[in-house]
Amino acid sequence: MPEQLVFAMEVFLNGLMAGVLYALVALGFVLIFKASGIFNYAQGVMALFSAMTLVGIMKGQVPFAHVINAIFGTDVHYFGWTVPALLAIMLTIAVMVLFAWAVQKYIFRHLVGQEPIILFMATIGLAYFLEGVGDLMWNSEIKKLDVGLPQGINEAIDNYTFNIFDYGFFIDNLDIVATVIAALLVGGLVIFSQYSKEGRAMRAVADDHQAALSVGVSLNFIWIMVWSVAGFVALVAGIMWGTKSGVQFSLSLIALKALPVLMLGGFTSIPGAIVGGLIIGVGEKLFEFAIGPMVGGATENWFAYVLALIFLVFRPQGLFGEKIIERV
Amino acid sequence: MMLDSTDSYVTEDGRTIGGVVMEMKNITLRFGGVVAIKDISFDIREGEIRAIIGPNGAGKSSMLNVISGFYVPQDGEILFHGKPRPQMKPYEVAQQGIARTFQNIALFEGMTVLDNVMTGRLNKMNSGLLAQAIWRGKAEQEEIENREKAEKIIDFLEIQHIRKTPVARLPYGLKKRVELARALVSEPSILLLDEPMAGMNVEEKEDMSRFILDVNDEFGTTIALIEHDMGVVMDLSDRVVVMDYGKKIGDGTPSDIRNNQAVIDAYLGVAHD
Repeated sequence: MPEQLVFAMEVFLNGLMAGVLYALVALGFVLIFKASGIFNYAQGVMALFSAMTLVGIMKGQVPFAHVINAIFGTDVHYFGWTVPALLAIMLTIAVMVLFAWAVQKYIFRHLVGQEPIILFMATIGLAYFLEGVGDLMWNSEIKKLDVGLPQGINEAIDNYTFNIFDYGFFIDNLDIVATVIAALLVGGLVIFSQYSKEGRAMRAVADDHQAALSVGVSLNFIWIMVWSVAGFVALVAGIMWGTKSGVQFSLSLIALKALPVLMLGGFTSIPGAIVGGLIIGVGEKLFEFAIGPMVGGATENWFAYVLALIFLVFRPQGLFGEKIIERV
Repeated sequence: MMLDSTDSYVTEDGRTIGGVVMEMKNITLRFGGVVAIKDISFDIREGEIRAIIGPNGAGKSSMLNVISGFYVPQDGEILFHGKPRPQMKPYEVAQQGIARTFQNIALFEGMTVLDNVMTGRLNKMNSGLLAQAIWRGKAEQEEIENREKAEKIIDFLEIQHIRKTPVARLPYGLKKRVELARALVSEPSILLLDEPMAGMNVEEKEDMSRFILDVNDEFGTTIALIEHDMGVVMDLSDRVVVMDYGKKIGDGTPSDIRNNQAVIDAYLGVAHD
């Protein structure tokens, strides 16, 4: 097999894995957008915040240590214990549920029925607020996150491909784990929304608020639930990205990568978020591989957005989105 | 015929009408300076078909929205099973067993007919999320029961042939019937119908009338409905409330209403002073 083709295959596989992470973030957007019509700009910051909280809990950091020290003149930073990863994840989920409840109670309950742009602005405010709270709570230094996920080159794949192509593929174990977890998460979400009572109520709310009320569904409860699920998805994304490149501010910017994914897949489609993520992941890696050298590289920075732009012109509802037809 | 709130009687066609299930006492509803409902009182008895009629803008839909919790009246009291009902959200009213349909149809357009009807059973599902995930036995049992109830209602309203069709694709008349099925499957103690025949042709109206009578007859469901088509209402209902400009101008059996001068004036358009 020609060498170029083998390289391209490796790039393709790595693109798929990167796409899974994009899809994870996009999934959080879709969940909230479907159920409440809110485009949640804060999704990326939620991933950052949840990852920071996870690290903080694991290391036994004292939350708001700076504030406490400044007010009381003390010098506390750590409780002096560490928390096992699994327990810390549970506690972080609890924090995200609490966050969902607070967001619904103090912000969006008061904005029911407002224009989408107002809701969107509220989420921008929320994003900056949460970012600030995150820094205050857990301080803003770059943190290492290690919940025990395997990392580094996968030897089995390396050996296997070496035997076939005379060239070993570099596939990161973490990416494989991320793919498996993402698949489980999506499967779980689908089962939840199709077969559970709460899932059915969630789909009802997503479809028609008035009708949902009339069959006895509390919108408030469903919205808290959806924000909690989105918080959980953000946590999973935060763990993956945080393990890969450290928990730091730039993590919140992955949310921006989710935008072209959503434009490709459609804002209202869960399969769309996944397929869109994979296309962007694979597309930008392959493009960089094939075209990058001709134009001086760094195409990964803009490729996704150009692709999204093309989609906006020719298929604005995305691959799987609902076509909006207004009857006059 | 004067009846006590607990008395029951048997109608000419042999149905038993029970005591009062819901009583509206001096309900007043204002939107800013506009008085939509002015000091209206009436009751709904168990097993009866109770109609609220009146010309356009009389406040009929507002009344229904007060009963179902979508509007909160400024004055007055609602007694449900003899007890004053605290202020409730629409979903809480639904959970109490008061189901409704909407004048403009509020269905889950993206779901199939069967899924729509199944949402009517949401309040009858008791197993928690964990139980549903881990111990499937009870949850499955519940699901099977709910499914049976849904299929029964679907058969009853003769919409089996469109069970798996997405609601968005259905014609208007069938959508109305699906909405009725969804309300009915929750086994409501009171079923509120907001203009069930609005926008229908004669044939569809006849079908819908037949279904309303059948539902009342077969399940003994108490039905309160709004309609502005006098003819339909007179054939269907046991008792009728007539509203005009937010006020109650008549209350009684269809024959009482037919001979009520205020009602005749309202419908024929006598000048108001």
